[in-house]
Amino acid sequence: MANNQEIIKPENLVYRKPRLLNDNPMHYCPGCGHSVVHKLIAEVIEEMGLEEKAIGISPVGCAVFAYNYIDIDWIEAAHGRAPAIASAAKRLNPEHLIFTYQGDGDLVGIGAGETIHALNRGENIVIIFVNNAIYGMTGGQMAPTTLMGMKTSTCPYGRQANLHGYPIKLTEMAAMFEGTCYVTRQSVSRVAYIRRAKQALRKAFEYSMQGRGSSLVEIVSTCSSGWKLSPEASNQWMEDNMFPYYKLGDLKDVKS
Amino acid sequence: MEEKEILLMKGNEAVAHAAIRCGCDGYFGYPITPQSEVLETLSLEKPWETTGMVVLQAESEVASINMLYGGAATGKRVMTSSSSPGVALMQEGITYMAGAELPGLIVNVQRGGPGLGTIQPSQGDYFQSTRGGGNGDYNVIVLAPASVQEMADFVDLSFTLAFRYRTPVIMLSDGVIGQMMEKVVLPPFKPRRTDEEVRLECPWAVTGMRGRSKNIITSLELDPSAMEQHNLQLQKKYQTIRENEVRYEEFLTDDADYLIVAFGSASRIALKSIEICRQKGIRVGMLRPITLWPFPTARIAELAERVKGILSVEINAGQMVEDIRLAVEGRTPVNHYGRMGGIVPAPDEIVDAIEKMRK
Repeated sequence: MANNQEIIKPENLVYRKPRLLNDNPMHYCPGCGHSVVHKLIAEVIEEMGLEEKAIGISPVGCAVFAYNYIDIDWIEAAHGRAPAIASAAKRLNPEHLIFTYQGDGDLVGIGAGETIHALNRGENIVIIFVNNAIYGMTGGQMAPTTLMGMKTSTCPYGRQANLHGYPIKLTEMAAMFEGTCYVTRQSVSRVAYIRRAKQALRKAFEYSMQGRGSSLVEIVSTCSSGWKLSPEASNQWMEDNMFPYYKLGDLKDVKS
Repeated sequence: MEEKEILLMKGNEAVAHAAIRCGCDGYFGYPITPQSEVLETLSLEKPWETTGMVVLQAESEVASINMLYGGAATGKRVMTSSSSPGVALMQEGITYMAGAELPGLIVNVQRGGPGLGTIQPSQGDYFQSTRGGGNGDYNVIVLAPASVQEMADFVDLSFTLAFRYRTPVIMLSDGVIGQMMEKVVLPPFKPRRTDEEVRLECPWAVTGMRGRSKNIITSLELDPSAMEQHNLQLQKKYQTIRENEVRYEEFLTDDADYLIVAFGSASRIALKSIEICRQKGIRVGMLRPITLWPFPTARIAELAERVKGILSVEINAGQMVEDIRLAVEGRTPVNHYGRMGGIVPAPDEIVDAIEKMRK
């Protein structure tokens, strides 16, 4: 039996895991979008040759351990404060690529203030916002982006406007700010979406390095464990329910 | 000898000028009385055009302290300033900095509390500053300036200590020292460190993964045994600080029958009280803690052996007096005299408190 090295000769290699994505087993649940987004970030940083310049800021939430999987320098933030941390890190190190990686609770809930002001100041940072409409790490509580009628452990009868208010479209807000240069909403549930998401991340990183302002890349994602659906059913539920409210596509691109 | 330029300015202004002169890389702050002159002076001086220092008005004190966290994580000399309610908001960031072992300077120009309180001076944040202030087991170095000169001098000292021990440092000033104008000689100019110097001085910092494996700045450790080890290592560091960094000043303690312990602006008022007492034939001396944490416990214990009583003079309800009692361990009576809510004690009131101890 030939081993992998013998089979995968350079001429046979059609695809490989990015070098910056290490072999640590991920703690993410099966079907979770985080692992795909991590891979895309590692690929783009590698392709742009920025591994010596990249500093990631991980959130409080499921992606808190992002630093265990992507081999670049990382700062682990207090809940929601990543955009403030990134603002200072970028201003003090303008030659570096500074990006935050945040979930909906972190970015839209507790960190809404820091997010809005960093974007409005036009900090040359990239905010990667993974929106699965639920608090995953704490076990499936209602998030600011939880859809109307959606059931979570803190809105077990479904989200109701009179009790819980409405899901926030922070990405649409971000597009309004003078300081943002690129605002887009993507997903990673299909190969075509993954390709587009990668292009979006690349554009955001490029704009950041060109000093054009703030970028926000939202990735509409799933939470099989929190939604209590299989990975496959989660993708379907997302496409049927999340996409009509959180529409995919570019909301702002200073170039266009 | 080079003649030093003597200037007249507020303590808050002196902090700003000292920051520019001592190679500070970044200041992040939010306006609050009575310390807004720090950000105002920096904005007027625009050091980004001279030394390259970043000055940014944040959207809140929460953002300010997290900007410190971000800047410090990259090995930079970063600072903020605020007053009591603002520093209360910063406690989350301070405990994260302590946990992640990040250096930084937080200047607290204290005002009266609790709550929104008053804009007048106070020393009501002694407990908050010396007991950690946020969640978890930690301490930060606390320096208490008693003059405009010390507000200027303690900026560079704070950065030195912050980087030596990888810890946040609080400069605990108050509305009197921050607002009053005094003579000051500003520190000599020192350039900001280059990126390569930062890499050498701070091998732990996130400066981009070049020529080494990745660096991670975090206060998180889910494995309890690893978290306990981290805590034990922090406690070891705090013990080293206790052994090496206690600072205080003594005034007429050699022949003193009574000892006043006071810091910051209270110590300035107490000097006058001591003069009045001595005119009355009461031999009073003073120990002024310069570091409130670590506290000059050993020296106070020594002095307690030979005085008839100790009076803690504070502009609060009696906070430092607890540390004095812990140091004295019953060797001599310990009283407290203080005023609150923005009222500053008058020298005569302190004299009365000393006379009460003699009865």
